Amino acid sequence: MNTRTKEQLEEALFPPLVALLVALIFGDLLIMSYGQSPAMVYKLLLQGTWGNAYGFGQVLYKSTTLAFTGLAVSLGIRAGLFNVGAESQLAAGGFLAALVGLGLSPAVPGIIAVPLCMIAAAAGGGIVGAIPGWLKVRFGAHEVIVTIMLNFIVLALLNYIVAAHLHVPETLHTPEIHAGSVATLASIIPAFHGSAANFTILFALIAASVVGIYLFRSRRGFELRAVGLQPDAAEYGGVSVGGVWLRAMTISGAIAGLGGINYVLGYKHYYEEGFTGGAGFLGIAVALVGRNHPLGVVLAALFFATLSQGGLAIHAFVPKQMVEVLQGVVILAVAMSVPEVRAVLRRARKPVTA
Amino acid sequence: MNPVSFLAQMVRIAIPYLFAATGGVVAERSGIISLELEGLMLVGAFSATIGTHYSGSPWIGVLCGILGGLIFGLVHALATIRYRADQVVVGIAINLLAIGVTRFFLKLAFASSSNSPRINGFGGRAAAHGFDNPLLWMGLLAAPVLAFFLYRTPFGLRVRAVGEHPGAAASVGVSVNKIRYIAVAVSGMLAALGGVFLALDQHQFTDQMTSGRGFIAVAAVIFGRWDPVKAGLACLFFAAAETLQIQLQGNHVIPSQFIEMIPYALTIIALAGLVGRAVAPAALGKAVE
Repeated sequence: MNTRTKEQLEEALFPPLVALLVALIFGDLLIMSYGQSPAMVYKLLLQGTWGNAYGFGQVLYKSTTLAFTGLAVSLGIRAGLFNVGAESQLAAGGFLAALVGLGLSPAVPGIIAVPLCMIAAAAGGGIVGAIPGWLKVRFGAHEVIVTIMLNFIVLALLNYIVAAHLHVPETLHTPEIHAGSVATLASIIPAFHGSAANFTILFALIAASVVGIYLFRSRRGFELRAVGLQPDAAEYGGVSVGGVWLRAMTISGAIAGLGGINYVLGYKHYYEEGFTGGAGFLGIAVALVGRNHPLGVVLAALFFATLSQGGLAIHAFVPKQMVEVLQGVVILAVAMSVPEVRAVLRRARKPVTA
Repeated sequence: MNPVSFLAQMVRIAIPYLFAATGGVVAERSGIISLELEGLMLVGAFSATIGTHYSGSPWIGVLCGILGGLIFGLVHALATIRYRADQVVVGIAINLLAIGVTRFFLKLAFASSSNSPRINGFGGRAAAHGFDNPLLWMGLLAAPVLAFFLYRTPFGLRVRAVGEHPGAAASVGVSVNKIRYIAVAVSGMLAALGGVFLALDQHQFTDQMTSGRGFIAVAAVIFGRWDPVKAGLACLFFAAAETLQIQLQGNHVIPSQFIEMIPYALTIIALAGLVGRAVAPAALGKAVE
């Protein structure tokens, strides 16, 4: 390994490690404020997640959605754009996938129905992502604010459509889709029975690989990263910055939209108001902790899914809300330590002169 | 529709927006992005509930609420100013943290995951239509008072200077980071008061009771072009739309979801420059060494 990669790796890995340490200390304090023993609670948290098949299945399920939203956010950040709209892109993707699943005849085989639903999901998220991209390119409207505002608009619109036209009476969800379901992991590995884990996780891993190849092995990806680092220099080098921004926001939205498959095709087989449950916002945390690298994002998705499922495992002793506090602490600690770690490392590396 | 009850309801809905939006204006004019208004309001509401519950006095609740907002505001300031963390990320983290912290301590203090017991509030005489609540008057005055500070005092000049040209401000001896610390701390206390008003008005704390109001305040800051009085007017306008929706309920001319969209859609339109351009303070989001 050459010095440059080693330095990059150090700068990438230290902040999440610092954050983990800070989170552990905060966790200790919270657990002790409840009069419990931290060692016992952490042990319980691990047992309830990685220690049994059901818990692990739930972790895999939750990490699938988070991997999609994390990839979406990280691709945006690589282009210098902050996509805070993954929540509504995820919802729009799930909604359009459900619409197609409802529209198809039950006779359509899965091999055709699933790809059709996935295209719909990507289109749903992609459209919601493209709007802020276009507004930024055309009018210079800042994508952070536009995506936040669009979250509310899109969710309200979807709620209206479902409530006014599509819901099963007395519920907030659509009827079950007729075609296009993704098999559960339990159909191959019976131990996962009862958990929501399904084969969408394979699609998530494929998406992560494709994003990795796109970013680091393709010309378009090179342009995207160039724009993210130095838009003016990229423009001078002949890259259309506006084109890259629009493309990046559209792809980012499409990836987030694909995440909707996990719930709609893999788990409940209908669209339900609020199914996203904050996974879009947590995608920001996943991208941040995963340092915007596809591999890091997948690992960070597993980490946040473990925390979220672990909350349920410890609930008898410490309120599950503890993990929500820890999630916030982790994000804050990573955000604070990134510039700091870089400064400290660079100071330490500087050869001593005089 | 009775105009007095319309006005009373509109003002009551507007007060949390007014506090939070004026808080947002102070922080953003100093150059610090304020996406954490939602979290600050939630913390304010919860701290006020704790203070009022244990003391019985809503005034103690107000002080506790301000203190809670101050603490979270200082965390925000420390992260973005001392550690130069990304201001958007920190804002989002503070919002998540506020939800988690209030839920955790709601469980710890009241053994409930949904709401606190009933607490005392201000006023409450039916004839006064809510106008016997001192916090309501503070909320109405917040924006004009801030406008006076920003445009008519040396301190306000410094806040605007560090938000537009931190380099120039520093060169004439203004401590940029000190001004920003103060501005973000004040912003935390103001936004928290929005939550305090909500909790005391509803006589309890409920989980996630701010339900997006902080983002409406963010919308008002931008729609009001970072000016306290215009942001205040935007708050009143958004509140009027909401009141109209509530009073028209049962009469399904426009689905409520479309009324909900108004503040957000207007903000996007304002940002896109379709009705005059919304230009942010020049140094917004930029940390200084």
